Amino acid sequence: MVADAIKVGLEPLSSNPAVVAEGIIKQFGRFAALRGVTGEFASGKLYVIVGDNGAGKTTLLRTIAGLAQPTRGTISVLGTEDLRGIRAHIGYMAHPSLLYDEMSAMENLRYFAGLYGVEVARCREVISSVNLNPDLERPAGQYSQGMRQRLSLARALLNDPKLLLLDEPFSNVDSRSAHVMAVLLGQLRDQRKTILVVTHQPGILESAANEFVSMEAGRITARTPTLQAAHL
Amino acid sequence: MRLYAITRATLEKDIRLEWRSKDAINAMLFFALLVVVIFSFAFDPTAEESRRIAGGLVWVAFLFAAVVALNQTWARELRNQVLDAYRVSPAPANPLFLAKALGNFIFVSALEALMTPLFIVFFKLRAIGQGWELVPIALLGTWALVVNGTFFAAISLRTRSREIMLPLLLFPISVPALIAMVNATTAVLTGEYSARVWTALLLAYDVVFTVACLFLFETVLEAE
Repeated sequence: MVADAIKVGLEPLSSNPAVVAEGIIKQFGRFAALRGVTGEFASGKLYVIVGDNGAGKTTLLRTIAGLAQPTRGTISVLGTEDLRGIRAHIGYMAHPSLLYDEMSAMENLRYFAGLYGVEVARCREVISSVNLNPDLERPAGQYSQGMRQRLSLARALLNDPKLLLLDEPFSNVDSRSAHVMAVLLGQLRDQRKTILVVTHQPGILESAANEFVSMEAGRITARTPTLQAAHL
Repeated sequence: MRLYAITRATLEKDIRLEWRSKDAINAMLFFALLVVVIFSFAFDPTAEESRRIAGGLVWVAFLFAAVVALNQTWARELRNQVLDAYRVSPAPANPLFLAKALGNFIFVSALEALMTPLFIVFFKLRAIGQGWELVPIALLGTWALVVNGTFFAAISLRTRSREIMLPLLLFPISVPALIAMVNATTAVLTGEYSARVWTALLLAYDVVFTVACLFLFETVLEAE
């Protein structure tokens, strides 16, 4: 049985929201991963989505990215419900790296640049932006976890996306790498990118985040401007 | 132009990955080699008998060996969920399918080029008919195997026992192509009848299933 949708919103509705979710329900067989998610995410802001395992955070990101279709409800991203049409403007970083372990950083990004029709020069730019060496010939599979996560972030940034969806970008990452990524995310927010970050380490983004979104049992249960107010 | 560029980039990437890992080609080679050796011990045909049964033996061996490569095709896209990176990109689905099918075509063709001399030696084969006709038969037959194999490997990708699922889906639908391949090959080897009808049937099979796979692949790729 799926509970009715609830709407929790402390922030006034933006005139130009990047993401608008209306009663999103996502079921896998009899299990409902999302149980009526309704909310808006304004453009140019950084949102940190927190919650226990199984709260529906990853499913929400995958639904926004167009990788999962809602069972019920509607989702509008960058002003359209046709999510295929705006893929060029979305950057997605998943918990797994989404990289080929046998290929180097440049080889990986050169391939993905081809999918987006992006110039190869951009590959060097984004690899450098995450403090990695574009000339490193070592395969990505031999990178440390921190390096791999940073390379994964570089891949998500390749197409200079308007909307950046990051799932657990700091997991198994050393504090130095996490700091590098957090600084970069702050800079991207200042460039008016909309960023949604799912993480179990919200403290890393405490200064950069505009809002903390708490999820529980497939619903958004709170939206607070500070980490402390989120009672984490 | 963009479709061509994505197809080419994906094909180059797959060849590079296979060159570095050699997952598919090694497994295929050992499997096909075993089949040749076992068949040669199991049967001790005369040259005349060889010409009659070789078509069936060769194509069944290649079909089984191809399944090994076909399973690997998508397995490498599942590691680190790289397929999701393709799915969130604006790249259309068909270049991915075409590149995978072409990659498999190259791998299986390479296997055939390596194994055919062994078949000739072990089974003392010599074509009575027009030997050159074996080339288009091999090309069309290989494409028939890989185009459906690539498609059904993608369908079985998210099933729990995908390595079992692929032959269950692929073998029944490959039966018409297999019959055409075997008969065309036997026709050339024995010289008793023309291979043209069977080759034409193989060509028609390839066209129909290539178009159908291209038409349906996006639905398969977007399935959760």
